[in-house]
Amino acid sequence: MTTAPARLREPTRRLRRLERPALAGVLVREMINFSSYWRSTTFSSTVEPTIYLLAFGFGFGSLVSTVGGYPYVEFVGTGTVATAVLFSSAFPAMFGTFVKYQFQRTYDAILAAPVDTEELVTAEAMWMAARAGTYGCAPLLVAMIFGLDPSWGMLTVPLIGVLAGFGWACFGITISAHMKSIENFNYVISAVLTPLFLVAGTFFPIDELPEWAQVLAQLNPLYHCVELVRDAVFGWEGWADVLHVGVLVAFGLLTWRLAVRGMARKLID
Amino acid sequence: MAPLAIRLSGVVKRYGPIIAVDGLDLLVPEGSCVGLLGPNGAGKSTTMKLLTAQAIADEGELEVLGYRLPGESKQARALCGVVPQLDNLDTTLTVEQNLVVFAHLYRIGRGERRTAVERALGIANLTDRRDTRVDKLSGGMRRRLLIARALVHRPRMVLMDEPTVGLDPQVRQELWALIDGLRAQGVTILMSTHYIEEAERLADSVTIMSRGRAVAVGRPGDLIAEHAGREVVEVYGPPPRLAEVEAESALAGLRTRRTGTSVAVLSPGGFNGATPDGHRRAANLEDVFVLLTGEEIA
Repeated sequence: MTTAPARLREPTRRLRRLERPALAGVLVREMINFSSYWRSTTFSSTVEPTIYLLAFGFGFGSLVSTVGGYPYVEFVGTGTVATAVLFSSAFPAMFGTFVKYQFQRTYDAILAAPVDTEELVTAEAMWMAARAGTYGCAPLLVAMIFGLDPSWGMLTVPLIGVLAGFGWACFGITISAHMKSIENFNYVISAVLTPLFLVAGTFFPIDELPEWAQVLAQLNPLYHCVELVRDAVFGWEGWADVLHVGVLVAFGLLTWRLAVRGMARKLID
Repeated sequence: MAPLAIRLSGVVKRYGPIIAVDGLDLLVPEGSCVGLLGPNGAGKSTTMKLLTAQAIADEGELEVLGYRLPGESKQARALCGVVPQLDNLDTTLTVEQNLVVFAHLYRIGRGERRTAVERALGIANLTDRRDTRVDKLSGGMRRRLLIARALVHRPRMVLMDEPTVGLDPQVRQELWALIDGLRAQGVTILMSTHYIEEAERLADSVTIMSRGRAVAVGRPGDLIAEHAGREVVEVYGPPPRLAEVEAESALAGLRTRRTGTSVAVLSPGGFNGATPDGHRRAANLEDVFVLLTGEEIA
């Protein structure tokens, strides 16, 4: 006998890419896990950006009353949304992914089930994006307590957080896929994320920066997230906002494919 | 011959200059329990990874339950359960939550999920521990949970990679009973192990692997009878005496193997009409393995 007989095959349809049951399975795992650590994660993801908001908003706010025509605390409050999105997507993606494949071997277990690497990475990024969209609203709520007026555009902020969070989560997964030790993340945090965080227009407008820094800011997805959130809160800017959305979509697509490729190389021998 | 659940033909897997699997042929009939026996580094775990497409073969053909790998691996994995060598349970979740997660991953419908989890808890005798966090379980319970997790979707085939490695003898016996129960239900089992007794007790057929190749295939009893005879005499003594026994055995056309501080003489009935003094015991798969490969099994 040279081949297994056809009758062994189940009369089921061919399984395709990015199937909903596979994505749902990975998301369910994350949700059940989240129930065991949500308190600490929620604390760090909301308190940290809030401290930034309070420190900069009221620290610098006592020296600078308005920036770009907005009270400084409102300027920082809207900008810090992007910081919260970054903190709750890129960082857990880097560290969480590394721990899950290197120490807990969680991904080996999942990939033994009918789930492929693309579905695994996509579902993980979707979960972190959802968290980023939720936690990203925390600074906005704090800013409202300190005088930021509510607006209808604010309802889109969670969506902006999800969109940007997906890209940053995929960025984090990509980094994790290429790192040999967890200590190496320090290079990325110091050399990539911190400069991007500072040149994003969160705490000061980028048009005060040197021209080269302004050009770099245009390539910074975090800057586009900051601008989009500000426009959502203070008033849409038409095509400029379409450009911001376009950059975030492109960033998400690019990092998604890089993350899938990187993790496939990492997880499949 | 029963239909084949696994068919590997000429499979090669390289990691740089290292050839982990070197032209492996493996046939696993449906409903049988096949043991992959070999020392560490023989290629057993790599073979297991190839069967779940967590490693991709460089050469050769692979089919699992009629699906070609790696292209149709996802379909095959939907029908298989995997018990890994290294524990990869979610340790902060409870026993039941671990099973619920895998009931979702294996696409068990909402209406059947509860029953499937209860059934898996029952198989692994963990019903009373359902609400216990995994990091509070003993090593044996964690192993049982790994097996329950692999069975939650009633797979047609289970791949077990060293299922009892590192466990004490009593826990190992418990797991053997569990695995034997599956075998009795007609579940196809491919089990890698380096425990001789495990392979002899559980496997219908054994494939002995060495350096990535299958060096012998057959029923444990047949392999022993063919390669090692019925009986072995272990002769203990100082090194000069052992060398003497080896020389005499060679003259008599008998095969021997060193086993630590002794020499094992196989089929000693033909020892020039006389039998060397020593401890008589039944020949086993380890004798076969060492004879065929020149390596110790563990």
